Amino acid sequence: MLAAAALLLLLLAAGPGRARRDALREELLLSPLPAGEVAATFQFRTRWDADLQRGAVSHYRLFPKALGRLVAALGVRELHLALTQGFWRTQAWGQPPLQAPAGAELWVWFQPTVTNVDKAWKELSNVLSGIFCASLNFIDSTNTVTPTASFKPLGLANGTDHHLLRYAVLPREVVCTENLTPWKKLLPCGSKAGLAVLLKAERLFHSSYHSQAVHIRPVCRDASCLAVSWELRQTLTVVFDTFSSGQGKKDWSLFKMFSRTLTDTCPLASQSKVYVDISPKNKEKELLEVTPTPASVHEAIVQGDKRTYAVYDLLSPSLFNTSRSLNVQLKWKRPQDSCYIHYQPAQDRRRPHLLEMLIQLPANSVTKITIQFERALLKWTEYPPDPNHGFYVSSSVLSALVPSISAMKNMDVEQSPLFTSLFPSSDGSSYFVRLYTEPLLVNLPTPDFSMPYNVICLTCTVVAVCYGSFYNLLTRTFHVEEPSRGGLAKRLANVIRKFRGVPPL
Amino acid sequence: DLASAASQGGMGIGVKFPALLAPPSSPEADAALHLLQDASLGSLTVYVVPETSSLLPQGISVYVGKHRSALVRAGGGLATLRTRIRQLTQVMSFTASSIAAALSDRVPDGQLSPDARRHLKSSLGYEITFSLLNPDPKSHTVDWDIEDAVNRYVQPVLDKLSLVANFSVDSQILYYAVLGVTPRFDKESSSFLLSAHSLPHVINPVEARLGSSAASLYPVLNFLLYVPERSHSPLYIQDKDGTPVSTNAFHSPRWGGIMIYNVEAPASPQASLPLHVDVDMVRVMEVFLAQLRLLFGLSREELPAEFLLESLGNEGLADWELDRLLWAHTVENIATVSTTLTSLAQLLDKIGNIVIKDDVASEVYRAVASVQSAMAELATGHLHSAFQASKEAVTSSERAFFDPSLLHLLYFPDDQKFAIYI
Repeated sequence: MLAAAALLLLLLAAGPGRARRDALREELLLSPLPAGEVAATFQFRTRWDADLQRGAVSHYRLFPKALGRLVAALGVRELHLALTQGFWRTQAWGQPPLQAPAGAELWVWFQPTVTNVDKAWKELSNVLSGIFCASLNFIDSTNTVTPTASFKPLGLANGTDHHLLRYAVLPREVVCTENLTPWKKLLPCGSKAGLAVLLKAERLFHSSYHSQAVHIRPVCRDASCLAVSWELRQTLTVVFDTFSSGQGKKDWSLFKMFSRTLTDTCPLASQSKVYVDISPKNKEKELLEVTPTPASVHEAIVQGDKRTYAVYDLLSPSLFNTSRSLNVQLKWKRPQDSCYIHYQPAQDRRRPHLLEMLIQLPANSVTKITIQFERALLKWTEYPPDPNHGFYVSSSVLSALVPSISAMKNMDVEQSPLFTSLFPSSDGSSYFVRLYTEPLLVNLPTPDFSMPYNVICLTCTVVAVCYGSFYNLLTRTFHVEEPSRGGLAKRLANVIRKFRGVPPL
Repeated sequence: DLASAASQGGMGIGVKFPALLAPPSSPEADAALHLLQDASLGSLTVYVVPETSSLLPQGISVYVGKHRSALVRAGGGLATLRTRIRQLTQVMSFTASSIAAALSDRVPDGQLSPDARRHLKSSLGYEITFSLLNPDPKSHTVDWDIEDAVNRYVQPVLDKLSLVANFSVDSQILYYAVLGVTPRFDKESSSFLLSAHSLPHVINPVEARLGSSAASLYPVLNFLLYVPERSHSPLYIQDKDGTPVSTNAFHSPRWGGIMIYNVEAPASPQASLPLHVDVDMVRVMEVFLAQLRLLFGLSREELPAEFLLESLGNEGLADWELDRLLWAHTVENIATVSTTLTSLAQLLDKIGNIVIKDDVASEVYRAVASVQSAMAELATGHLHSAFQASKEAVTSSERAFFDPSLLHLLYFPDDQKFAIYI
């Protein structure tokens, strides 16, 4: 009986009897960027060992049916669609892992069996526009090209006739929540389990750069490459700026970025890992501390550079032993506290901007601090009497502790002269100094203040002319006037005129 | 007499008196006779056997075969024979109510029975999707051998129906897809119940996950198999009078069907999760195929007591049932074409300066010619050619009506043009 029970349990534990033909791997890569931001890249990869080209009947499990039917019906060999908002600032952030142009980008390789590629391209863009709720149906011959040299196929290819390639970009396309939701629906676990629980729209679109992409291509099934599998990769890259949202420190955690932590693994995933880039950055010689302690560390050469990654494997049972959720946190351990930023944004008509920075200036160097601003229009009663003079921005203040060349002795305040005792000095090795910059005069756009006067004048004139004319026409009456013989003065005048020889009145 | 009885019943009925046959049972007789007749589409052959014959079992006076023939016992006089043949034609061929049901979209409400608007509209093709919904993949790992089940059980039926339309079948598995309704816990049976009036609310949230068929224009029939979560097991559907439905499934007209598959709780409560479930495809496919027949309107009404139907085996569909479907679809196609062309004519009346392109005009002419030939073929009883002609008519009329150049907004009325100039 016990042996039978043990055998039964063994059969159950051996896993499903049927060999699965598809597999899901999910991965999250967190890399701190040199300027202080954090880039998070999600990748979900579904590999399906099936032939989508032939066969009238297809049975889908992890591969989404909408994309599978599309690929089979329209004869698509490779499909790459990317929706991006923002621009990757290579100068400040370094090289991007995956970059896409702003807006929507779609490039597709068709199978050689497709006879009318343009018709298939038009139908494909319309269908994708419906699936992803993006206005890709504006793709037509006016914004489609056939590149001859670049955009070679990324998957298996049997010869590349570039007439089977189509490429289109819509730079005006805006990415928002309604594009993210159908993208999440294509994942087998949806957004209910696994890494996809972190994808909440209200945090993802509050970022400096957001890019989501779908890549479908055929790959080799194994090393001998005798059979073809189909691979679907869904990637999402987002860059968070922790400075403006936080307390000015460069520490971050999963909860601060996504307002969620990882609680569950997706039962359908064969692999589910989080990688954190802990390579030391030479410039600042800072040490990184990652909590919780990673189970293993992985070294890889990425984009020509050797990098070290801390690995968290969500499928290993030891990870969720201590706490039911995983919140990866990164702290910077610096030899000295050297950078503190406090920024309080302005509220209109209530308080001004306040920016305080504590920085360490290296010797013999120039440090430039730049702030971008926009000019706005005020309400017309808020302008001063001389608006064209400009508006003043108050001086900036620089307070510093400068090391002094010769040491000072601690002296009694009452005994020393007044000019040495204004700023107290804690020790004799440095002295305190406060400097002010020049005030800034900014020319803001001013409206034309004479316009109300002009409008009133014109309106009144028009009203007066019209009303006056009408009133005149309606109320003017004509009388016939009898010429009168005239009074005494008139007769006297006539007599004088007769003497002069002028005709009478 | 007999000739008038035959002509009263309908079209294409031939009454034959064969020589005395030796085979003992009705199915074998039917199969043997099938080789003798020319069973063209829409025809019906009735064999009248003597009253004392042992070909038909005791108490049965009419035997309906699965091809287009039937055996009727002659007895009790000509009036009984006439009644039996009339009942037979009402079962095996069309009736006034079945034709009215085909035209149900155009007939005012009061004149129809409540079942009238349930059948699928006639279309050139249908897509059938089987979906397995697993809301709790942590507790259940569900496997179904859908490919084998489709090839073995569904494909023969669809092959038989291929005359009517093009069919395409696919399947998918959806995880974390929940029903929109929370079931009630019933203490007496210690199970969860879904009442009949909450069933319409089940479909909407699920439909968002099913996805639309992006690559084709045919209507989709969805058949869902739902494996309830461990916390809501077992789950039963309650009828209107409170009894659990025996098949634990329901269907929605013109949409598809849903079946709930309960997983037995494991014997020992410490069994390791997830439980592995292998779906019994025979039970599932029985229900889905029955729902498919209901959706197409191939259901069997109550037969009189003396009738016996031959069992259909794997094909699932008798030839005469296919004929009934074709009659209904032909009539519906002709009605659709007339409605479409009438709307087009009304549009032309309303907008005097619309421009009709040459190819649109030729499509309209072709549609009219096809409809006329379809009606002529129907009058003579040639069902196959009537159906083909009606399909061509529908294609041509849709192509003419939905041409982009006929867009109403492209044409301004004349008074608006004068308004601009003024």
